[in-house]
Amino acid sequence: MTIPGISLSKCDRLASAVLIAAVVLFSCVMAYAADLPALTGRVVDNAGIIDAATKAALTRKLADFETKGSDQIVVATIPSLDGEEIEPYANRLFRFWKLGQAGENNGVLLLVAPNDRKMRIEVGYGLEGTLTDLHTKLIIENDMVPAFRAGDFSGGISKAVDDMVMVLEGNPEELEARGKRNPADDGTSIDPIVAVFLILWATMFFGGLAMAFLPPMFGTKLSPGVYRWLGMTFRYGRGPSGYSGSRGWTTGSSSGGWSSGSSGGGWSSGSSGGGGFSGGGGSSGGGGSSGSW
Amino acid sequence: MFAQRLASPSIFRTLPAFLMMAIMLPLLAGCGYNTIPTAEENARAAWSEVLNQYQRRADLIPNLVETVKGYASHEKDTLDAVVEARAKATQITVTPETLKDPEALKKFQDAQAGLTSALSRLIAVSEAYPDLKANQNFLALQAQLEGTENRIAVSRRDYIQAVRDYNLTLRTFPSVLWATFWFRGNEPFANFTVAEDKMQPPKVDFGTKQGG
Repeated sequence: MTIPGISLSKCDRLASAVLIAAVVLFSCVMAYAADLPALTGRVVDNAGIIDAATKAALTRKLADFETKGSDQIVVATIPSLDGEEIEPYANRLFRFWKLGQAGENNGVLLLVAPNDRKMRIEVGYGLEGTLTDLHTKLIIENDMVPAFRAGDFSGGISKAVDDMVMVLEGNPEELEARGKRNPADDGTSIDPIVAVFLILWATMFFGGLAMAFLPPMFGTKLSPGVYRWLGMTFRYGRGPSGYSGSRGWTTGSSSGGWSSGSSGGGWSSGSSGGGGFSGGGGSSGGGGSSGSW
Repeated sequence: MFAQRLASPSIFRTLPAFLMMAIMLPLLAGCGYNTIPTAEENARAAWSEVLNQYQRRADLIPNLVETVKGYASHEKDTLDAVVEARAKATQITVTPETLKDPEALKKFQDAQAGLTSALSRLIAVSEAYPDLKANQNFLALQAQLEGTENRIAVSRRDYIQAVRDYNLTLRTFPSVLWATFWFRGNEPFANFTVAEDKMQPPKVDFGTKQGG
């Protein structure tokens, strides 16, 4: 490529390289995200094996249970594992959905892959002591396997969920403590520190603005440039002679605002996606057990 | 007024220095000073979890051996092999401090792999004893062992990922600058070798075979 105008072609090549890199990166991210099903609710029936009535009942039951002790149980069905073992897939899905509360890791994922005839109960770190491997094994072998062999997916899954809830409720003190530590979060609650900061910031920012506009609009006019509103007197225009001198000071100190301004970024990440159901930020270390039928 | 300010006490002369520091210190963190130590600690924590899970498996084995002995005492060779492999595996430990040594990790890995295969032989043998298979204690141990094997797999995956992240910070820009100028003592951690991971430790697969 020794054509004249090297700089241009170089530039072009660089631009196209960047573009290609961006496209590749984006498609990689897309591919990875598409790989795992989306968390559309507490019952994600992508294989279509749970009937509507059971699905609604399960969703209600699981939602009720979460308000009690903040434990998140999710039922997921996928048509096929595409050759992957169910254990790593379940763990990946669990971590992708971040089931359970952040500090507690109290999530449970019940995964069924009908084409592979495999199921797994993946238990988050925080519940491993209560819902032990043996419990999950017994639930799989006694509740799910017989029902699944008879073709009754809805019955087997709801029975398994009932038993999991029973086991987790078998330790009521712990359940209540967990519930107290993680009060029901509707996704709109704000960290109190952030709230105080926001209020202060808004007062400073909008207060000055309001002072400039509101008294002339709502106050009583005493004389040109002087208004009385809410028991206070406001003066506009040429103020006392000392005013311009102090003005330099205010602009100087306002540079301190940059640090507080930057910390406002925490707020957007602090709020979880409102509406619907989402994982609380928990993780799993591979607890639970799997089975097949 | 400006001249007055310059002449006034040293507060105003040190003020720029303070401001400079106030700005520079967060920038230092922003520039990635923390990247390498953070990645290193993550890798160490991941290793501790690997050790924790292997230890959990080692703790299960005496119980398992005792239970099997009660029903299949003449499978002495298999039982002895498990006990021996366990002793060997528990002797070799790799502390987070010696993670830089690939030899130590290799030894640890070999010892644990030996225990894995001895265990799977024991489980295979126990298939021949219906009384043993029906034993509640044995069922419980089986479920726990299966869960532990899976936890080992998960923690190993996490460790591999954490080490890759850490080693990357030591070799890639911009954190490599910190590595050369500041963290000279930091060396890449050894990772589980590819060969062993391709080998996939023999799967201890209970539940799936019976009555499938």
